[in-house]
Parts: sequence; C-alpha cells; structure tokens
Amino acid sequence: MGFARQVFVIAAKDLRAEIRTKEAINASAAFALVILLLFSFAFDLDPDTNREIASGLLWLVFAFAGTLLLNRSFVRELPNDCLDALVAAPIPSSALFLGKSLANYVLLLAIEFLSLIVFGIFYNVRWTSQFAQLMLVLALGTWALTIMGTIFSALTVNIRLREVMLPILIYPFLVPALMSAIQLTLDLMAGKPIGPEKVAWLQMLLGFDVIYTAVTVFLVENVLVG
Amino acid sequence: MSAVAVDGVWKYYGDFPALRDIRLEAPPGSCLALIGRNGAGKTTLLRIIAGFSRPGKGQVRILGGSPRETATRRNVGFIGHGIAVYDELSALENLTLYAKLYGLENPRQAALEWLEHTGLERVKDGLVREFSRGMRQRLAVARAFLHNPSVLLLDEPFTALDDRAIAVLQRLLREGLGHGKTIVMSTHQLREALELASHVALLNRGQVAFHGPCTPEMVADPGLVYARYGEG
Amino acid sequence: MRNKIIYVLGTIAALIVARNVYVISGLPGEEAQGAIFKIIFFHVPLAITALTCGTVACAASILYLVKKELKYDAVAVAVTEVGLAFLAGNLITGSIWARIIWGVWWAWDVRLTSALVCWILYASYLMIRHAVEEPTQRANLAAVVSIFAFIDVPIVYLSIRLFRTQHPGPVFFSSTGSFPHDWSMIMMWNLFAMFMLGSVLIMIRLRQEETQRELDSLRRLAHAF
Repeated sequence: MGFARQVFVIAAKDLRAEIRTKEAINASAAFALVILLLFSFAFDLDPDTNREIASGLLWLVFAFAGTLLLNRSFVRELPNDCLDALVAAPIPSSALFLGKSLANYVLLLAIEFLSLIVFGIFYNVRWTSQFAQLMLVLALGTWALTIMGTIFSALTVNIRLREVMLPILIYPFLVPALMSAIQLTLDLMAGKPIGPEKVAWLQMLLGFDVIYTAVTVFLVENVLVG
Repeated sequence: MSAVAVDGVWKYYGDFPALRDIRLEAPPGSCLALIGRNGAGKTTLLRIIAGFSRPGKGQVRILGGSPRETATRRNVGFIGHGIAVYDELSALENLTLYAKLYGLENPRQAALEWLEHTGLERVKDGLVREFSRGMRQRLAVARAFLHNPSVLLLDEPFTALDDRAIAVLQRLLREGLGHGKTIVMSTHQLREALELASHVALLNRGQVAFHGPCTPEMVADPGLVYARYGEG
Repeated sequence: MRNKIIYVLGTIAALIVARNVYVISGLPGEEAQGAIFKIIFFHVPLAITALTCGTVACAASILYLVKKELKYDAVAVAVTEVGLAFLAGNLITGSIWARIIWGVWWAWDVRLTSALVCWILYASYLMIRHAVEEPTQRANLAAVVSIFAFIDVPIVYLSIRLFRTQHPGPVFFSSTGSFPHDWSMIMMWNLFAMFMLGSVLIMIRLRQEETQRELDSLRRLAHAF
C-alpha cells in the first residue's frame, strides 16, 4: 500500500470516528462561538473597528478552538490501547502522523468556516470580498496550527496535565505563523488583496509550514517509539 | 535461525536497569511462556520485542530483522492489555481498517472471514461500544490474527478473557503452532499457558532466572518452576 | 576533583567580572546616553551566552536522540536552564536601559520581543520536563521539543523583524559603528567572563542532575523489590 493511501486510511478512520462521536468538534465549535461572543463585549462594535480587529480576533479564535480539537487527536487512541496497534501496524510513523494531521486539518477548517460565517453575521464584516486569497492564507495558517498541534498532541499523550500542556507548548512555537496569518488577513478583511509589501509574510508562513512539516515528519518516530 | 531472538537486552528507567542482559530465543514453531511476578519485567520485555520501546543496550531480532522494520511488523501480531479496537467503529470497520493498514489484498473479505472465525459475523455492523466484554475480546483476537502473522506476541492473553474467548484463543494458538507460527506470551495463568508452551522463561527482577524446555512435570505442577528457580 | 575545578573556575570568573566592573565603571559616559550606556557591556554578552546555550542544548538533544545516553539529556537541561537565566538577565538589563533612554520599561521592538518569545519557548521546554516522570521518556520528548525550539528561534526573529523595528542597530564589531577599539576589548573580556560564569553554573547543574538520577534509580531499586 502506497504512502499516500496509508495517510488517507488513517485520516478516514479519524474522521469517521470523530463524526460518529462529535466529541472534539462539538467542544471546539462551541468554544469558538463563545469566544466570538465574548470578544464582542471587549470592543466597541463599529464597522471600522470590526474590520481592524477582525484578523487578530479570528486567528486567536482559530488557535484557541484549535487546541481543543487537536488535543483530542492522539488522546482518541488511548482507550483500549489503540495507539499500540497503530504503532505496530506496518506503516511508517510519518504516515500515521500525516494521516492524523490531515483529519485534524479538515475538522479545523470546518470549525474555521463556521467561525467566519458567525463572525460575518455578528460583527457585520464582509469577509468574502477577497475569497480566494483568504482561502490561501487560511489553508497555510491552518496547516501550521494543525502540524504543531498534532505533533504536540503526540508528545503529550502520555504525560500528566496534557490538556493544560498543549496550549502552553504550542502557542509560543506558533508565534511566527500566527503573526504572518494575522498580518495577511488584515488587508484581506479590509477588502484589499495581498500587496507586494505583504509577500514576505506569505513566504514566512509557507516557510514555517514547510520547515515544521519536514522536521516533524522526521522526528515523529522518536516521539511515538520511546 | 530463531524466529525471535533477544540478545543481551538491557532497559533502563533513568539509571535503573529494569531489564538486565536478557538473552532468550524462540525457534520457529515454538511457544515461549514468559513467567514471573508482577514487576519482573515481562511486559517491558514484550513491548521491546514488539518494537514499542527501544532497548537501552542489546538487540532484538524477529525473523532476522529488527522489530521496527516494515517487513517484520507485517509478520508480527500483538495482543496487549487493551483490545486495540475503536469503540466508535463497527466490528467490520475495525477489522477492515487493520486489514488495510496491513496491506491485505482484499481487506473486507479478510475482515469478514475473521469475524466468522471468532463467531462475530452476526454482529459485524454493530458498534464495538455496544458489545459485551467477551465479544470485544474475541474481536481483539481477530484483530491480532487478521494478517496471518508468523510471530505472535501476547501480553497476559488469558487474564481478562471469559471462557469462550479463552477457548477461541487457545484453539487459534494451537492451530497457529501447528502451522509453524511462533508464540511469545507473558502470563500469570500458568496452567493455560504451560499447556501450550514448548519453552518457559522465568523472569526475576529483570533477569532471566530460568530458560528451558517446558517439561511434562511442569505442566503437571505449574508451581514447579517458581519453586525450583525461586524468587531469589 | 570536579569540585576543585568548579571552585577554581568559579573564582577566576568572579575575579574577571570584578575586574570588568572596575574597568567599566572607570569609563567616561557616552556622548548621547551618559552612564546608562555601560549596561551594554553586560546586555550583549548575556545575549550571546544565552544564544550559545540554545545552540549547545540543540546539539546535546540531537546527540541524545542518536545515542540515547542520559548524559546528553543532562547537558541539554543544564545548558537550557543556565541559558534561560542569562536570557532573563539580558531582558532585565534591556528593560532598564529602555526605561531610561526610551522612557518605557518595555517596547515591542524586534530583539526584545524575539528574546521574550525565545524565553517562553525554552520555559515551555522546562515545563514539559516537569510533566514527565519517567527519565528516559522525559529525555526523549524533551529532546524533540528542544530541537523544535531551536529551529523556531531564527523564524521568530525574522518574523518579528518583519513586524517592526526600534532597537538600536549593532554598534560594535562592524565598520560603521562608533564603538572605540578598546571598548570592544572590554566587551570581549566581559563576554569571556559570562562564558566562564555560565560554564561554572552548568557544571554545578550537571552534577545536580547526576545526583538526582542516582537518587531516582536508588529509589526505584528500593521500591521495585
């Protein structure tokens, strides 16, 4: 069985199990909505402010709601010792890791879309004017969140206080990625396309994705087999 | 060539050696029973043989390869303490998943066959969550045998099982031994284990206190090994 | 023997620091900034030492993953802790300088912010160590985190530089700077002193780690049987 197919089998398994129980996705979606609501009390809601804060606010919501979702990724394998069986199966650890990342990616993107729609309604911001470019930034930024969240979920799966540890660990690592995503989304929310002065941020985000995907894929065997 | 060869394996927790210079061999078609008290290192050793953790020193060879090689993993079946199937998926989905991961030609077919072997074909579409304990255990056995492994590693296989699951497992293990499969199991259930075992190894404080063939007198009196080679 | 080395090195480091403080306090104030300018003689060596510590920690972590010997893990944690202390020193001296020159304790400029993010990165490394009990597993997971952190340092720096810059540029070791040559020498001396001091602290910390490991294994031994 080819590598891509192994990745896909793992991702399909995770998605199917998650869609049956909806544990992680419900918690994450509910949390995203609650934060969106709370943020509305923190700011004066006029259209200009909303457009200015939109980018930062959204990415913080994605990051917060994301950790709830990502945390479950490997915890899901703990009951019945399923992780042992997956590690024992004749697929590379990297396929297991990328499969789980892919499933998380899909789920997190779904949560983000939901947040965007709710945000557009509550805050009266038209976020669809630069749709294609927003999707690009969303795709890259979410992958950064996913890859770090998934590897740290694997790292913390067997340790004490893992629910607390995951956010503490991943947010500092994500600073460059979140900053890039926020900078890029800033203009997009104001209806402007990504200008030449922002290309460096796009490169930064892409670089973060590429570097950390490579390093995590390389190190994940060490994380899973102690 | 031994099917399973443990060569001078040490395992440390910090500086503390939990396993000390373990040397064991199981020829093809044999069944090695690892016995010993709780904390003697049986599970640790079995997890190293299965490739879940790396030895601090020494090496393990399964069919001549290292435990983490893909070719080796394809030929090894493991039953641990948990049943290693997903509660949210149906019996058929679980087995099909593993059949795919093991790269079987026809995953669904293989899964259906094993559901039949373990008497679960009637409930194949039921979620594992709704299964009785015995059914879950039989499914776990099916999961481990699904890819027709030539080496089986079993950690306390009889401990949590009900009578029917024990019967299923013992039948499968006997058949397997008949087909030249190699079995390494850790166990407290001396009677069930020694009936199958061709060899016995007693672990004591992380060391091998005894390693040899399983004699008829041991089967007749399972306490004999402990009595003779002691707890140290 | 090791104790003696630690004492000797410690004494030498203390003497050099004392000498440097004496020399630096004798220097005239800088034209624009006055006496507060002298904080740079500590601020910069502290940063360089901390950066070196991060590099060594990464190397030790890679070595651990390759060789699986706990001594490398001990080096990694000792170096990281000392590096964090030095980075904290760097942040504090920077903050004092900023209060006097810029009038604020904290400015979100490139190097300050990068240093702070790095500090938090490595602090999270120590946090994950605290959460794992079993020493071999702890070493394994911590090594991975240390490598991630080291990779993140330049990325963080680049991203924050893109964001904004307010920090005064490098004033020495470059041809355009206004730093007199003999002041550069003082800087080098203080860098040397900080390295010595760091090494002594690391050695002390390493010995603690070894003792701790011995205690742990004895305790396990006592409980195991």
